[in-house]
Amino acid sequence: MSEITLSCTVNDRVFNGTIASNLLLIDFLRDRLGLTGVKQSCEVQVCGTCTVLIDGQPVSSCCHLAADIGGRQVTTIEGVVGSVYHERVSAAFMKHAALQCGFCTAGMILTIKALGDQEGELSRDEVRQALSGNLCRCTGYQSVLDAACETLGVAEASHP
Amino acid sequence: MSERGVAAAAASGPVVDAVGQRAPRADGREKLSGKAQFTGDLRVPGMLYGAVLRSPFARARLTFVDASAAEARPGVRAVLTGADLSDMNPFYGHALRDRPIIALDMVRFAGEPVAVVAAETQEIAEEALSFIDVGYEPLPVLASLESALEPGAEQVHTTAARPGLAHGLGKLPSLDGNICYTYGFDYGDVAAVFAEADIVIEGEYRFPAVYQYAMETHTVVADHQGQDITLWASCQHPFLVRQEISELFNVALDQVQVIVPFLGGGFGSKSYTKMEPIAVAMSRKAGRPVRVANRVDESMVTTRRHNMLCRMRTAARNDGTLLAREADFWMDTGAYADNGPRVTATAGDAAPGPYRWAASRVKGYCVYTNTAPAGSYRAFGALHLQWIGELQVDEVARRLNLDALDIRRRNLLPPGGMVRPGAKPLDAELVGDIERVAAAIDWGSKRAPDTGVGISVGLLAAGAHPVSGATVRLGADGGVTVLVGTTEVGQGARTVMAQIAAQVLGLAPERVVVRGADTRFTPYDRSTGASRSTTLAGKAVELAARDVLKGLLETAAHELQLPQLDLQVRGGGIGNGDRWLSYEQLVQARFGFAGGELIGQGRVQPEGGTGSYAEGPVFWEVCVAAAEVAVDRETGIVRVLRTATIADVGKAINPQLIERQDEGATLQGIGNALFEEMRYSDEGMLLNDTLLDYRIPSFEDVPGTMTTVIVENEDGPGPFGAKGCGEGAFAGIVSAIVGALADAGVPMRELPLTPERVWRRIGELEREQSGGSHL
Repeated sequence: MSEITLSCTVNDRVFNGTIASNLLLIDFLRDRLGLTGVKQSCEVQVCGTCTVLIDGQPVSSCCHLAADIGGRQVTTIEGVVGSVYHERVSAAFMKHAALQCGFCTAGMILTIKALGDQEGELSRDEVRQALSGNLCRCTGYQSVLDAACETLGVAEASHP
Repeated sequence: MSERGVAAAAASGPVVDAVGQRAPRADGREKLSGKAQFTGDLRVPGMLYGAVLRSPFARARLTFVDASAAEARPGVRAVLTGADLSDMNPFYGHALRDRPIIALDMVRFAGEPVAVVAAETQEIAEEALSFIDVGYEPLPVLASLESALEPGAEQVHTTAARPGLAHGLGKLPSLDGNICYTYGFDYGDVAAVFAEADIVIEGEYRFPAVYQYAMETHTVVADHQGQDITLWASCQHPFLVRQEISELFNVALDQVQVIVPFLGGGFGSKSYTKMEPIAVAMSRKAGRPVRVANRVDESMVTTRRHNMLCRMRTAARNDGTLLAREADFWMDTGAYADNGPRVTATAGDAAPGPYRWAASRVKGYCVYTNTAPAGSYRAFGALHLQWIGELQVDEVARRLNLDALDIRRRNLLPPGGMVRPGAKPLDAELVGDIERVAAAIDWGSKRAPDTGVGISVGLLAAGAHPVSGATVRLGADGGVTVLVGTTEVGQGARTVMAQIAAQVLGLAPERVVVRGADTRFTPYDRSTGASRSTTLAGKAVELAARDVLKGLLETAAHELQLPQLDLQVRGGGIGNGDRWLSYEQLVQARFGFAGGELIGQGRVQPEGGTGSYAEGPVFWEVCVAAAEVAVDRETGIVRVLRTATIADVGKAINPQLIERQDEGATLQGIGNALFEEMRYSDEGMLLNDTLLDYRIPSFEDVPGTMTTVIVENEDGPGPFGAKGCGEGAFAGIVSAIVGALADAGVPMRELPLTPERVWRRIGELEREQSGGSHL
């Protein structure tokens, strides 16, 4: 298969190199860059486990070609660790015990980040809808919704 | 004493119990930062990538497998086929050793591994699969229980398999057609009681095959070098995997090392041995470490929950007394038994339900078919049967115009009551449990039209075989490490084990480190499942911590010249009044220098008899829940409005983790009750093998309110009176949802409660009613 050159920014670091034209973004991130915080599950863009941000928008990296990120900014969980946002979301997840096996957690954190970066006020229902593309088999979701709402400053995070 | 005075200040801080705290997850920060390592994140030096060629036929004779073209591809290092196993007995399996590592002369389900390629990259391995030439001679397929049970049906297996190594099922019956295991018991004069009963409820019920869907698929890295086998595996039961691998590959137990990183969920799907044998065999051939990571469609044909057919009847008197119950059921275990016999036995134990019967007869059959093997999934057996029995109890109540809560109150077993002849008597207060769960959903309040409420109670034989060990190490810096073989599958085992050790040693839980399972270093622990970790491994941790404490107290008594009885333990030190020694000082005093360590051992083993399941269980896990649902009679759509579950845990080591267990179980219950179903074609092909077609619950499926009620009667056999949880809620909630829909006027006899199925049933019931009016 053909090789192409790729220039992009991943977690604020510039990448310049050649890649296979059919390389999936998830494989580029995990295997080429060693960003194993990105997790693979359904491979059909349903579960949200492999969510990363491209120019701030959540995307399923399992169904996205690495070739399509030329000139763009990709953010993975490794890229938000250490930020004020990550401290806040982590504190909320810890408080609500909003993770169990943790396999889906990075995807959730990135979806919540994208939501928080948008303009305007959010309701709990809007947060729920925005997160509905991130599946979790462990938690029962309620605690994740509480943690997300707390992170985003959305009221009604009533669950202890 | 001035140095000791400093220690006193540190040691005599406020006393906070570690047990009972909503302690933050010990693994939380690692998981939140993406740093937690799962098996798929490991890159072992020299590692090859495996890809598995799977049969497109559900039943076929294998006439040849020619891998030469694939082997010649650049980057391919080796291809494994059945021919490579001629020097060994390649059959394994937890209950029955009926499964070859890879297909030999037959394939028995669509998706059965036929060959494996090991290559330098995943891509090369996958591409090489299409260069393997396989001869299949398709045979008639037994794709359903009905076809497998037909008189004179062809047999999925024609010879009986050897029993598994550690199945705990006693003497196994011989193969009878496609029935590989039967389980049953009876007591009282069932026929006579039914003959004299005022009311008999009977019916035939169906339960679907469902998939556990742990987010992380089955993933293994295996390295077979000489006589040493190293496995990094997403497995729940590393010690049982070690035993099977050791036996299969004929190496000593300790030459097999199973290391378990974090697991991305399990729910039973990663119990017993799954992809480990095939990865080890591939590594043996390739001479290098090999990684095998399933795709979701591959994991869906690796294990699933048993679909089931059940005929049940219940006898009662007009005064609301439940008299007798009979149940016959058939579990579809697929092409290989896996844990099917245990699932069948556990279902049998749950079949009567926790009532005071005068007579009962139960018979369960575990049946081979040409579908993917079925094994463990959270609350297995109990979940299969509870909704059926409880529907019949509700129907008795409806006919007698009795309240569903009331009929249960009158008939439930008291503590100490007989659940099954020969088994441990009931060790829970069920009436209190159902009253609490009823209160949680305002039982008896006025309901809107087309809504209904259900309440359900059952028991699950929990704990599996009671053998667990733990080691606690206290180092020269006063730090505590717990070595325990229980795997962190998401349930919070590491957090809970830390809390237990911290409680005994008077420390904050974050001062205790709990490492992952590694069969070479962590003491033997039978398994992580059957709600047993807190109860059994937790007890072992408690005992190991007490063992360390004993040594500390000896040294403290000697150093402080005080009787042990006068010593207090708190804040990482031991002493009394103003005379305290920190653990660091005690370890150094004991060994005479700044080194050494105290090691404590804890062990749990059967207390009497053989410890077999027949004399068990370790405890009866309570399965109590209530639900309110609404049904749209035009569309058949069922919505869960509110749920409540009981976590009857004896003692809550960490209430927050218990709530998460019950909430997670509730969502899985909603999926299992309302929409999850693996669909097979007549040819035995799984039709919905991706998340596009097999839906699991999402944020949108969370009920309006979801309540967990924790009950602490300190009546469990675990540490501080604890007993396990996390499965009971699942069995309870599925049953409560079905019961609530029946209460809303739509009694169903087949799950899941899909809109189409519910809508058809509503039509059927309306026709019956209008037909009735003509008479």
